[in-house]
Amino acid sequence: MGKYIVKRILLMFLTLFIIMTMCFILIKMLPLPAIREMGRDVNLILAKREQMGYNRPLLVQYFLFLKSVILHWDWGVGEQMYEALNVWDVLLQKLPYTISVNLYSILLAIPLGLGFGIYAALKKNKWQDHVVSTVVVVFISVPSYVYAFIVQYLLCYKFGWFPLTLESLDTAAFFSGRMIRSMMPAIMSLGFGVVAGLTRYTRAELSEVLTSDFMLLARTKGLTKAQATYRHALRNAMVVILPMIIGEFIGILVGSLIIEKIFAIPGVGSLYIYAINVRDYNFFMALTVFYTFIGLASGIVIDISYGIIDPRIRMGSRK
Amino acid sequence: MSDNMKLPEFPRNMFDFANKDKHIHDAKFETKPIGYFKDAWLRFRKNKSAVVAAVLIVLLALFAIIVPYVSNYDVTFRDGYYKTVLPKSSLFSSLGIWNGAKVQRETQAGYDYFNAIGVETGRDVILDVKSQTVDANGITYYSLLIDSYYKVGYTYVNLSEDEYLALQEYQDSTGIQIIYPLPETYRTNFVMGNKGASFWYLLEDDSATSDGKAVLDENGDYIPNYIATSNKEQAGYTSLRIAGDDGGEDGNTWYVYGQRNQSGYKVRVDYYEYFIYKNNFEPSFFFGTNIYGQDIFTCLAAGARLSFLLAISVSFINFLIGAIYGAIEGYYGGAIDISMERVSDVLASVPFIVVATLFQMHLADEVGVLGSLLFAFVLTGWVSMAHRVRMQFYRFKRQEYILAARTLGASDQRLIFKHIFPNAIGTIITGSVLAIPGVIFTESILSYLNIVNLETSSLTSIGTMLANGQGYLNTYPHIILFPALFISILMISFNLFGNGLRDAFNPSLRGADE
Repeated sequence: MGKYIVKRILLMFLTLFIIMTMCFILIKMLPLPAIREMGRDVNLILAKREQMGYNRPLLVQYFLFLKSVILHWDWGVGEQMYEALNVWDVLLQKLPYTISVNLYSILLAIPLGLGFGIYAALKKNKWQDHVVSTVVVVFISVPSYVYAFIVQYLLCYKFGWFPLTLESLDTAAFFSGRMIRSMMPAIMSLGFGVVAGLTRYTRAELSEVLTSDFMLLARTKGLTKAQATYRHALRNAMVVILPMIIGEFIGILVGSLIIEKIFAIPGVGSLYIYAINVRDYNFFMALTVFYTFIGLASGIVIDISYGIIDPRIRMGSRK
Repeated sequence: MSDNMKLPEFPRNMFDFANKDKHIHDAKFETKPIGYFKDAWLRFRKNKSAVVAAVLIVLLALFAIIVPYVSNYDVTFRDGYYKTVLPKSSLFSSLGIWNGAKVQRETQAGYDYFNAIGVETGRDVILDVKSQTVDANGITYYSLLIDSYYKVGYTYVNLSEDEYLALQEYQDSTGIQIIYPLPETYRTNFVMGNKGASFWYLLEDDSATSDGKAVLDENGDYIPNYIATSNKEQAGYTSLRIAGDDGGEDGNTWYVYGQRNQSGYKVRVDYYEYFIYKNNFEPSFFFGTNIYGQDIFTCLAAGARLSFLLAISVSFINFLIGAIYGAIEGYYGGAIDISMERVSDVLASVPFIVVATLFQMHLADEVGVLGSLLFAFVLTGWVSMAHRVRMQFYRFKRQEYILAARTLGASDQRLIFKHIFPNAIGTIITGSVLAIPGVIFTESILSYLNIVNLETSSLTSIGTMLANGQGYLNTYPHIILFPALFISILMISFNLFGNGLRDAFNPSLRGADE
């Protein structure tokens, strides 16, 4: 197990390194945009460029970039946006918004999704199951931005339940009711898809477990249906469902670009889109690595969590 | 010794040989053989929701293919006056729905304005007065059902000499009044710009700060306030005159229909009729128009066509690359497999949005926005297809019939294409079909976020349409409604259709999620 994890992590860093190298080279091949006149800041950025070896050969630049990242965790400074501010600091500043919106949405979605899924599995092939399954197909298919439009139009404009944009940190504390209320539209728009996905998954897994032989045995030894479901079926179904939930939790760091854009959430996604639109390559590079890393790490965590949750699964062994 | 053994003797001549004089052959099957695809089709047909979904997809595809050809409009069409008009269908408008009308709250001045357009053109702008309330300050408010097409009313246009004459000729031959006399209102000419062309009546207070309330005569009618002259054919106008313009007794009250200016003539036109004159059809937008005055119906079809084309080509190219790559990986296995898997692993780990962005930055100038988007989709898209094919190859390559074929001397090529591929075809088809909605969805997100800018004068995409409508969601939800509805129905249909296909091709996978 330990050996397997080490192997996976080393492999992950190799992949990350390859992707980082490709991206770095591709970005450096683009013409370097001029810096907007910002008084003092221009000199700062120019000094930074000099330090990063912008007019030296590509490989030297990459070496300097790697050195500053690995030794000083310095991803450069903003050139077209957040001028002369440290890229990593800005990213850290944006992270709480993305995390909280996504965290609330999955915290809301998990009980709902599990509940509907369990209900549908227990009522398998009855009308309740058909209703849940049909609704799930619809909710899984409809793109999240369509929910965002519906939520924004109905709940924000027509009923006026929620404010249109996020409260700023100056007027509302991060975990205050006002802040959460202003996050609600985004939380809901993100939640629909997660609830539907989780419902479908739970239903499929649980209904498979419910038909297995040991369930019959549990009932014959005298357990009630509820006991058997709770103690045996649900636990076995969880082996597959839990890694998916863990994956969702890692995904909260990345967030949703489009939801952040629609509800003007100043999170990581908005930062990324902004960086692309104004062509700030330092931000683009850092965020690319960030996204790639999260994607790779979540894959590993999900795989490992299978092994931890279910001791029957042996990691890395050949079949 | 049991009784059984003591059988009576049967005489030999009681027996006869069956089929004594015919050779026995296998009887030919009377039924038609059911092949793989027939079998899949039979199963698919039973899945009602998948069949409905397939029909819906075909309808949406037909919509995307046909509409741009038969529509009166195209993507380049932009009308500066019919911006954000509401959906209208001549089929339903008589029923009071889909008639391009909306309830609007207006003051007395607003009521006068819209009513006056109706009085002068003969087409009622106010279809219905829903309610009339007086607030605490004594101001009257109307709740009016207003036709978004007719409310455009009048506008000033500058015509050259030839255009001016042609328009008059058109009026003479059809008897339809397009050019109306110019009004004298101060507000009209100096404050409101083109919108002021609809103030043809006398105002209570005709100044820049006027609230626009009309003066009514003793019958409750508007009092016309046109510029008058003694010269009947002033500014070369010889065509139709409106009712009430009969010159009067002193011969000094001919209304003025055109004013000569530097570039030609300034005339006041009824825009609805002027539109018909210019375009030869009545303005009627099935899904309304957006903020640029583009027909949403046509734009949606054009955008959908672009999405379909992109998605189908991406799916096809990914199928080709993925099938070959996956086949090599899966068939040969070992070191080849491991090294090729590394490559596809790395490619699959790059976030798609990064790929799309980098391709846009590098290639958009050389191969166009669409071309670079296609490249981006292909670069990482084939990996999942290769993965599927590889899995199938691993499943089948160790089976006995392959060994048998190999023993008979079949070449690698023959084994791959003749013996393994046909077994994998179901998975491959399902995968290819399910890739299409993914591409359409991603494309709409990228163009919505403006990472990929697909909006040119003759091109649009669903994401672009959504982005254009977002700022107007409160006031004009129809701009977003139709594209959002379209993509939602498309996604639902594709998901149901894909599930049906998977169940039909792989009955063992029924209900499982890939």
